[in-house]
Amino acid sequence: MLRFLTAVIRRDILLAARRRGDWLTAQFFFVMVTSLFPLGIGPEPAMLRTIGPGVVWVAALLACLLSLGRLYADDHRDGSLEQLLLAPYSNALLALGKAIAHWIINGIPLLLIAPVLGIQFGLPADALAVLVLSLAIGTPVLSLLGGIGAALTLGLRGGGVLITLLILPLYVPVLIFGAGAVDGTLAGTGAEAHLSLLGAVLVMAVLVAPWISALALRVSVE
Amino acid sequence: MNLYRYASPATFYPLAGRLVPWFALLAAAFTAAGLYISFFVAPTDFQQGEGYRIIFIHVPAAWMSMFIYIVMAFWSAIGLAWNTRLSFVMARALAPTGAMFTFLALWTGALWGKPMWGAWWVWDARLTSELILLFLYVGYMALQAAIDDPRRADRAGALLNLVGVINVPIIYFSVKWWNTLHQGASVSLTRAPSMAQTMLWGMLVMAIAAWMYTIAVALARARTLILERERQTEWARAVIKEEA
Repeated sequence: MLRFLTAVIRRDILLAARRRGDWLTAQFFFVMVTSLFPLGIGPEPAMLRTIGPGVVWVAALLACLLSLGRLYADDHRDGSLEQLLLAPYSNALLALGKAIAHWIINGIPLLLIAPVLGIQFGLPADALAVLVLSLAIGTPVLSLLGGIGAALTLGLRGGGVLITLLILPLYVPVLIFGAGAVDGTLAGTGAEAHLSLLGAVLVMAVLVAPWISALALRVSVE
Repeated sequence: MNLYRYASPATFYPLAGRLVPWFALLAAAFTAAGLYISFFVAPTDFQQGEGYRIIFIHVPAAWMSMFIYIVMAFWSAIGLAWNTRLSFVMARALAPTGAMFTFLALWTGALWGKPMWGAWWVWDARLTSELILLFLYVGYMALQAAIDDPRRADRAGALLNLVGVINVPIIYFSVKWWNTLHQGASVSLTRAPSMAQTMLWGMLVMAIAAWMYTIAVALARARTLILERERQTEWARAVIKEEA
């Protein structure tokens, strides 16, 4: 079972490594979107510090959505998805592996870039640490929930826009708790409550999302 | 009498056809009575003046918007569990009405908010979660519209619906805590002065009217959906020929 999971994850990472252009697009999108906000709003440090956590988080959501469209689409097109679904393991395991791979490929780079962007917004060191921590707990949820959307919209026309409509409302709690944790640090009220809630959301997503993704995959592929 | 008999589209179709006019009639009667109470019987509020009367539309619409989403999730769960075609049809038939009531609740809320709070929109927890509920309805309908195969559309929509219904309380509480963190209690809906008895009656009658309307519209919509899907069957052809 574990071997199947690691095989799914390894395969996706290998594919991403071979096609670096695809993979880097989402990361640069993340950087560009956050850099546009100061240009639109103005360079005033106090203002930027207030909006910083929210902007970084919203950009992370959008960057995640951008890469989700291809989560199952490529495998679906070349037929390997059907083979993977026929494997003698639970389809939920496949969905979990796909989500983990998506997080490793797209989520971890966001964590590494986020502090740099936070500095651009003048966030102090402790807020930067909380920002990275909140992204570390929150982005797996984005990958897991996004997997449901990717499975539901598999092979549909206009799937890319559709997935944003389906999934963004479900991302609201993650955004609130994630950005709230950083805001809490800035305001001096502490981040523990928000981070704990974010952790609770993560546990719930790990427990529920792979099964629903698996069901959705079966609906979409049959 | 075995009620399960009506789980078959062929027997449900004529039953729904017989029920629709009755529910439509009840909806009209309750709306008339409810509007009469709300405009002529209910007293003027001493704080809010005449403007408060919009709650007679607003509150039932807000109730229905949440309730319909739960009913849709109920039908979705039944459909996924027992593979009953009609359950998916019901979920699908309810969605536009739910979205309509959500929009109506937001719209009337804005109209009420302007004179009372001095703002069309505040980022209050209830308003925000109602807005997100509207997004959930829109997402469900967009997904249904994008899938041509009805079987797949049914199942995909049902799954999305179930994920949404798990999320609704999480969204509500997250928005609520976010709201208290950011702006304190600048606006509170819960502090509303205790209502006069007639106001409550007006609201309840209007709520029943909204129920009857929802049932009538959902049944009518379910009928067209059934005909569309069963068009290749013998009985549906006969019905179409008869009604054409």
